[in-house]
Amino acid sequence: MQRLLFIIQKEFIQIFRNKGMLPLITVVPIVQLIVLSFAASNEVKDVNLAIVDLDHSQYARELVHKIEVADRFILVDFPPATRHGDERLQDGTVDIVLTIPPDFEQDFFKNKGAAVQLLVNAINGQQATVGAAYLSTIVRDFNQEIQQDVLPVRRLAAGAPRIEIASSNWFNEELNYQYFMAPGIMGELVTILVMLLTAMNIVRERELGTIEQINVTPIKKWQFILGKMIPFLIVGLILLTVGLTAGKLIFDVPFRGSLWVIFAYCLVNLAAVLGLGLFISNISDTQQQALLTTFFFVIIFILLSGLFTPIESMPTWAQYLTVPNPIAHFVHVMRSVLLKGSTFGDVLYNFKVTAVLVVVFNVLAVSSYRKVV
Amino acid sequence: MTAASQQPAITATGLTKKFGDFTAVDAITFSVAQGEVFGFLGANGAGKTTAIKMLIGLSHPTAGSATVAGFDIATQREQVKENIGYMSQKFSLYEDLSVLQNINFYGGIYGLSRRQIKDKSAEIIERLQLEAHATKVVGSLPLGWKQRLAFAVAGVHDPQIIFMDEPTGGVDPVTRRRFWEMIYAAAEVGTTIFVTTHYMDEAEYCNRISIMVAGKIAALGSPRQLKDDYEAASMDEVFLKLVRD
Repeated sequence: MQRLLFIIQKEFIQIFRNKGMLPLITVVPIVQLIVLSFAASNEVKDVNLAIVDLDHSQYARELVHKIEVADRFILVDFPPATRHGDERLQDGTVDIVLTIPPDFEQDFFKNKGAAVQLLVNAINGQQATVGAAYLSTIVRDFNQEIQQDVLPVRRLAAGAPRIEIASSNWFNEELNYQYFMAPGIMGELVTILVMLLTAMNIVRERELGTIEQINVTPIKKWQFILGKMIPFLIVGLILLTVGLTAGKLIFDVPFRGSLWVIFAYCLVNLAAVLGLGLFISNISDTQQQALLTTFFFVIIFILLSGLFTPIESMPTWAQYLTVPNPIAHFVHVMRSVLLKGSTFGDVLYNFKVTAVLVVVFNVLAVSSYRKVV
Repeated sequence: MTAASQQPAITATGLTKKFGDFTAVDAITFSVAQGEVFGFLGANGAGKTTAIKMLIGLSHPTAGSATVAGFDIATQREQVKENIGYMSQKFSLYEDLSVLQNINFYGGIYGLSRRQIKDKSAEIIERLQLEAHATKVVGSLPLGWKQRLAFAVAGVHDPQIIFMDEPTGGVDPVTRRRFWEMIYAAAEVGTTIFVTTHYMDEAEYCNRISIMVAGKIAALGSPRQLKDDYEAASMDEVFLKLVRD
């Protein structure tokens, strides 16, 4: 026990002697939280649009005006012919080309319907699908409005019952994107930073040769591993505290659930991540190798965490991959406890899975640490 | 001499280490008496470091056996570790910790009490005349000082035997001389010293030396004995004759 305390003491001295460490666990997370919460937005704004108006009628002009006032779109061009619209799509200056065919207005009156064409540059999937959906909504609204105009003519049609959808956004009424992103990013930041610091730790001692000195002492494996883990566990908790404080002060993120649940989960999560970090450190010969291996895991963990893309829309096999992913659980717990006010019982599943990860990763960490070759 | 000191500090019997087809250490047999300064010589790649790693429990022998401080290196590794100190080729104190923090840490993991650590720290600082540098980080000290500190730290728990793997690489002859004075001081109080080296002048300081060639012990005896046997004027000559054969 006393030996353990000496290792912990030594790690803390080293952590805080390192001049880069204090900014790394205070300034860096705050900056990342701010930048990522604002920047990593799924909202689609400023879709570049070209409208080919071949009709030049009253209704065509009204439709164009409606689109212009919607702030989602930037009307970059009014090409005179379809061909020019296609060219703009080809060279990438517009995301969507809306073509209003000739006789648009006439068709509407004569044939009880008119069509417009949307050409969408689907290279940027998000911009394309969401942009097209916005545009369709505008066209549909416009359709309803002009139906009113012809009401006296088509009494029957207008009298038909219509379903109105009234939606309300629970847990985030104003669809505040920062509320959604900030808690997830906090979880991700804590996990990554702690994993990276741990992964670099033992391998650094190996590079410096100090590990050999440790290995000739009668220290036990578990003492050594635990002595390495506890300081980083504390660093991780400090990091989370800094992140939560920043989230509250900067974005006024709601804290609907209990912070105890958050911290308790963080502790379990870090125990898993630390085990993985130490395992990587043990199997690496150089810091560079440890860094690259950590990146491999971190990139997969982030992309499969549900932070930026919903887990529900991943293919089934990829959804299974999110189960052993500590970041996915952390993001979920942060969001549901902070925004929804979930209780310990609600996130028990995440606690359980993470506890299994704690065992698996730490068995790997302890068994891969060899005092003898 | 008491009965206990009759027992050798180190014995090796047919100690062998193979890496695949390559035999790094080929059935070496020797013993080192307590309080002896034993020089372990050999060209680069002769297997010195591999042999020392087996003795201190960092490497499993492929065949043969050895005892260190009376404990079997294969089955009583932890007891061996409690009774030895080790100073590696690579300088291995924490450069980002101060002199005192290093002594404190190693004292702590060898299980010394706070009181013992305090006394030991004071003693080491005084012995090495590091009073003015006790709270400075080790990385800022000159190499010669670091090496003497590393030696003192290797002996922080008063081990029976101190193993050293080329401890004096890269320092000037004066500093080496002062280092050897420390080694003698330790040997005088009964500590067994097992040291590998390249420097033949250092070999002369040892009570007995063994010279390894291609994984085998080619010669073993006191410097005087070896010089007589090989009709050489210096250890340099003995070494060259052995390595060329």
